Amino acid sequence: MNAKQKDRLATGVLYTIAVLIVLILASLLGYILVQGLPHVSWHFLTSPAKAFEAGGGIGIQLFNSFYLLLLAMLISVPISLGAGIYLAEYAKANRLTDIIRTAIEILSSLPSVVVGLFGFLVFVLQFHFGFSILSGALALTMFNLPLLTRNIEDSLRQVDFAQREAGLALGLSRWETVIHVVIPEALPGIITGMILGAGRVFGEAAALIYTAGQSAPALDFTDWNPLNIASPLNIFRPAETLAVHIWKINSEGIQPDAAAVSAGASAVLILAVLLFNVLARFLGQRLYKKMTAE
Amino acid sequence: MDPIKAAMLKRSRSAKLEQRGKLISLFCISLIVIVVAAIFFFVASRGLATFFDNKVNLWSFLSKSVWSPAVNDAHGNPQVGALPMIVGSFGVTFLSAVVATPFAVGAAIFMTEISPKMGKKILQPVIELLVGIPSVVYGFIGLSVVVPAIRHVFGGTGFGILAGTFVLFVMILPTVTSMTVDALNAVPRYYREASLALGGTRWQTISRVVLRAAMPGILTGVVFGMARAFGEALAVQMVIGNAALLPHNLISPASTLTSVLTSGIGNTVMGSLENNALWSLALLLLLMSLAFNLVIRWIGKKGEMKR
Repeated sequence: MNAKQKDRLATGVLYTIAVLIVLILASLLGYILVQGLPHVSWHFLTSPAKAFEAGGGIGIQLFNSFYLLLLAMLISVPISLGAGIYLAEYAKANRLTDIIRTAIEILSSLPSVVVGLFGFLVFVLQFHFGFSILSGALALTMFNLPLLTRNIEDSLRQVDFAQREAGLALGLSRWETVIHVVIPEALPGIITGMILGAGRVFGEAAALIYTAGQSAPALDFTDWNPLNIASPLNIFRPAETLAVHIWKINSEGIQPDAAAVSAGASAVLILAVLLFNVLARFLGQRLYKKMTAE
Repeated sequence: MDPIKAAMLKRSRSAKLEQRGKLISLFCISLIVIVVAAIFFFVASRGLATFFDNKVNLWSFLSKSVWSPAVNDAHGNPQVGALPMIVGSFGVTFLSAVVATPFAVGAAIFMTEISPKMGKKILQPVIELLVGIPSVVYGFIGLSVVVPAIRHVFGGTGFGILAGTFVLFVMILPTVTSMTVDALNAVPRYYREASLALGGTRWQTISRVVLRAAMPGILTGVVFGMARAFGEALAVQMVIGNAALLPHNLISPASTLTSVLTSGIGNTVMGSLENNALWSLALLLLLMSLAFNLVIRWIGKKGEMKR
C-alpha cells in the first residue's frame, strides 16, 4: 500500500469514527426521548411519586431539583465571584497563588461521591442539618465552586488590560475598576458559564444521595412559610431530586413501573439540560450584543 | 490641624473601599482552600481509623479479596480485603480509556485536520451535548439497553465490568475528545505546512508530525478521562452488579470503590468497623484522584521540556 492509499484509508476511518460518534449521541437521545416522552404528561410532572404502585409522578422531585439548584447557585456564585476576582486581579505570581490554584484543581477533580460523603460527614452529622436541602445545597456548592471560579477568572482575564488602565486613570481604585468596568464587560462569559454550571448541577446525583437524602416527603404547595415542615420552601426538609429519584427507583426496583418512570424522568432531565445549554448560548450572545453595541 | 491637611492625611474613601474589596475576595478564595483542606482532613481522619482503631493491616486491606466487614474470619480478624473493588475500579477505568482513546483522537483529528467546518457545526455540539447528559441517565440507559444486550450476546446476568466499560466509554469520550482538540489546535500551523511542503500526504502529516507534537496534550486528556471514569459513581453502580467478589471475567458481577461506597455508607453505623472500612475506600478514592492530578502535572512538565 503506498502513501496515497494509506491517506485515503485513514481519511475513511476518521470519517467513520465521526459518523459513529454522531450516531451514538443520536441513538442515546432518540432512545430516551422515544421511551420517555410518551410518559410525560401534566399529571406526571405535577403529581407526587408512589413507592409501591404504578402511576406515580415526579412533581415533588422536579420542584426539589429547581429549588436546590437555586440555593446552590445563590451560595456558590458570590463566593466564586470573589475568588475569581482575586485570582484574576489581585493574585501575584508566587507560591501562595500556586497553592491556591492547586487546591482549586484538586477540588475540581475530586469524585463527586467523595464530595457527597464529606457533606454527609460535616453538614449532615457534625452540624446536625440532617438530610436536608441545606446540606445538599452546600455539597453542590463545593462541587460547583472550582469550575465556576475558573470560568469567572477566565472571563475576567479576557477583558483588555486597557480597560483597567482607563478605570485607574480616572481615579478609580482597583476594586471599583473591577466592579464597574471589568465585570460588566466580562458578564456575557460569566453568565454563560453560570448557566452551563447550573445544567451540570441539575443532573448531579452522587453528591446528593447522602446530603439532600433519598426521600421526598409530601409537600403542601399552599404553605409558603419556610419554617413549616411541609412547606416547599423549608430548607431543613429532606429533598430527593429528579436525578436521585432515577437512581433510586432503578437500584431498589420496588416500583412496578420503574422503567417507565425513569424513562420519563430521564427525558425531562435531558430536556432541562438541553434548555440550559440553549439558554446559555442565547443569553451569552444577546448580552454580548447588547453590551458591545454591535 | 487645618482641614486640608487632615483630609490629606486621612485614608480616602476609595482606599478604604479598595481594602474592603481585596479582603472580600481574599476571604472567598481562602474559603475554597479551607474546604479542600477540610475534605482531606475529615476523609483521612475517618479513613485511617480502620488502620489505627481497628488495627487492620494496611497490606491485607489492599491485597486480600474477601470483603465482609460485618463477619470476622476464623481467627477473629475482620475481613476487609479491598482488592475486588480496587481491581474493579482499575478494570473499568483502563478498559474504558483503551476503548475511548482511539475514538476520541479520531474525532479530534476529524474536527481539526479533516473537516473543521463539519467538526465545528456538527461534532462540537454533539460533544457538548454528551458532556451535558447527567450520569444517572447514562446509568439508566446502561441498565435498560447495554445490560440486556450483553446478557443476550454473552449470557450470564449482563452486569459486570464489560457493561461498566461501555457506559464509561461514552461518558469519558467527550472529555478526552475536547482536550485532544485543544492539543491539536495548539500545534503551530507551520509544522503542518513544513510537512506538506516536503511532499507528505495529509495522513503522514497527521500521524508523524501533528500527533507527535500534540502527544503531551493528548495524554493529559486521556488521564483526565481516566480520572473521571475512576470517580464516576452512580452510572457504574447501576450496571456493574455490586458483588464484592474478584471478577472472574468481564461479564461476571463485580464492584468498584464508588459502587460499594454509594450502596453501603447509608447502611452502616458511624464509627463501626464496617463504616470505617468504607471510609478507607473513600480515602483510597481521594488519593487516587490526587495521583491522577500528579500524573497530569508530570506530563505537562515533560511536554514543556521537549519544546
